[in-house]
Amino acid sequence: MFSDFDFDAILRALPYLFRDGMSFTITLTLLSALGGLLLGTLIALARIGGGKLLAMVAAGYVNFMRALPLVLVIFWFYFLVPYLGQWLTGAPRPIKVGGFSSALLTFVMFEAAYFSEIMRGGIQSVARGQSSAALALGMTGGQSMRYIILPQVLRTMLPVLLTQTIVLFQDTSLVYVLSLTDFLGAASKIAQRDGRLVEMYCFAALVYFLICFLASQAVRRLQTRVAIIR
Amino acid sequence: MNASAPVIRMQHVSKWYNPHFQVLKDCSLDVTRGEVVVVCGPSGSGKSTLIKTVNALEPFQQGTISVDGIDLHGKGVNLPRLRARVGMVFQHFELFPHLSVLDNLDIAQRKVLGREREEARARSVALLKRVDLSAHAEKFPGQLSGGQQQRVAIARALAMDPVVMLFDEPTSALDPEMVSEVLDVMVQLAREGMTMMVVTHEMGFARKVAHRVVFMDQGEIVVDAPKEEFFGAVTNERARVFLSKILAH
Ligand SMILES: Nc1ncnc2c1ncn2[C@@H]1O[C@H](COP(=O)(O)OP(=O)(O)OP(=O)(O)O)[C@@H](O)[C@H]1O
Ligand SMILES: [Mg+2]
Repeated sequence: MFSDFDFDAILRALPYLFRDGMSFTITLTLLSALGGLLLGTLIALARIGGGKLLAMVAAGYVNFMRALPLVLVIFWFYFLVPYLGQWLTGAPRPIKVGGFSSALLTFVMFEAAYFSEIMRGGIQSVARGQSSAALALGMTGGQSMRYIILPQVLRTMLPVLLTQTIVLFQDTSLVYVLSLTDFLGAASKIAQRDGRLVEMYCFAALVYFLICFLASQAVRRLQTRVAIIR
Repeated sequence: MNASAPVIRMQHVSKWYNPHFQVLKDCSLDVTRGEVVVVCGPSGSGKSTLIKTVNALEPFQQGTISVDGIDLHGKGVNLPRLRARVGMVFQHFELFPHLSVLDNLDIAQRKVLGREREEARARSVALLKRVDLSAHAEKFPGQLSGGQQQRVAIARALAMDPVVMLFDEPTSALDPEMVSEVLDVMVQLAREGMTMMVVTHEMGFARKVAHRVVFMDQGEIVVDAPKEEFFGAVTNERARVFLSKILAH
């Protein structure tokens, strides 16, 4: 099967694979990671410092999200969000939501559950004595979080957060179920069109491997650089 | 807020962690301006809890505490503002490890007191000099010894210009050879007239600068006596046993 391996097929596809596919994948990954971190931090704060009810809702959300397969959530949002939007805005018919927006929303909501657990662990490990010290200096709870707790948590947890982002980078390939053209989607479109399945899927695997491997190495090197001296 | 009113006035304070466990039992205590009060007592007697009620880090259910004339449970009391005027030094320093020594001193001055960068910096530099740590200003807490860290912590509290300083076993997490460098700073502070409430078992410090010694046991203030009386002829049996134990080593 490798006897007629056509490198040219790959070369010809490169512009499409990267300009359309990879740029989509990377954009989705970065925006999802940022959004997920933001929402995840808010969820973590709700679980730690919010009232009983808020904490319960947040915990329920996290447990619910983590109990569902990602593909299911992707489908779910894709079919549900238009109706949700209709309900929220009071529009006469289901609102139009593009595949990208739907995927982004899905990943933000889904990743937030995971990021919130990372942040919650971090906050709890830092907070005890440190927040007492900050409060004793006259800071409000919010100031203590912002200037003392969260900066430490972000630095300590950065490697874990980045590793989670690498997993997210791989997971974004699941948007193929919405027929979106991410990197893998682009590769499989070419594979189907040109009948070059072996070439395209081998190449896609190689690219995913290289990017993730290099990113992990970079995270490892970063780890010692951002660590707080204790 | 007249000059002769106590800086700390604690009246009949009781605290429960749960209905079955009362950690503070009807504690009353005054600390007047310029006074140094040492609090001692066996482990678990409630010393930390008591001192943390003063700046409302620990809530309490009964009694009243006022600091500089302000009732902690008063209507509309601004706790952060009140805490900003009460310096606190912890057993485990609790410096902010992600900030340099100078930034540790600057941050609350700027974010809480609203001081300008230059003003805060000038104050921090002066205080670091005072605790003899000018050479370490740019370092991070993790690069300092325990004794140095605790001196930074004292300077950080002083930077807020507190009306009173609270210390919770400031030397008990230190290696023995570092205890005196911290005590020296505290002695100097006391001699300059700072109002201080100090939980410690360093009886040498108490003898040197304390005005009063308070002995706690099982959540109660058992003895509250002038230093001379406490060390001379303490009549309370539990306090005597405790004293002979800690003076023995
Ligand atoms: N959050 C809490 N919940 C329940 N009990 C607590 C809590 N914090 C402290 N205690 C208990 O309250 C009592 C008093 O504690 P506290 O820390 O004030 O004692 P201490 O005199 O400072 O002791 P040490 O010399 O060991 O520091 C102890 O029996 C302790 O176990
Ligand atoms: Mg204690």
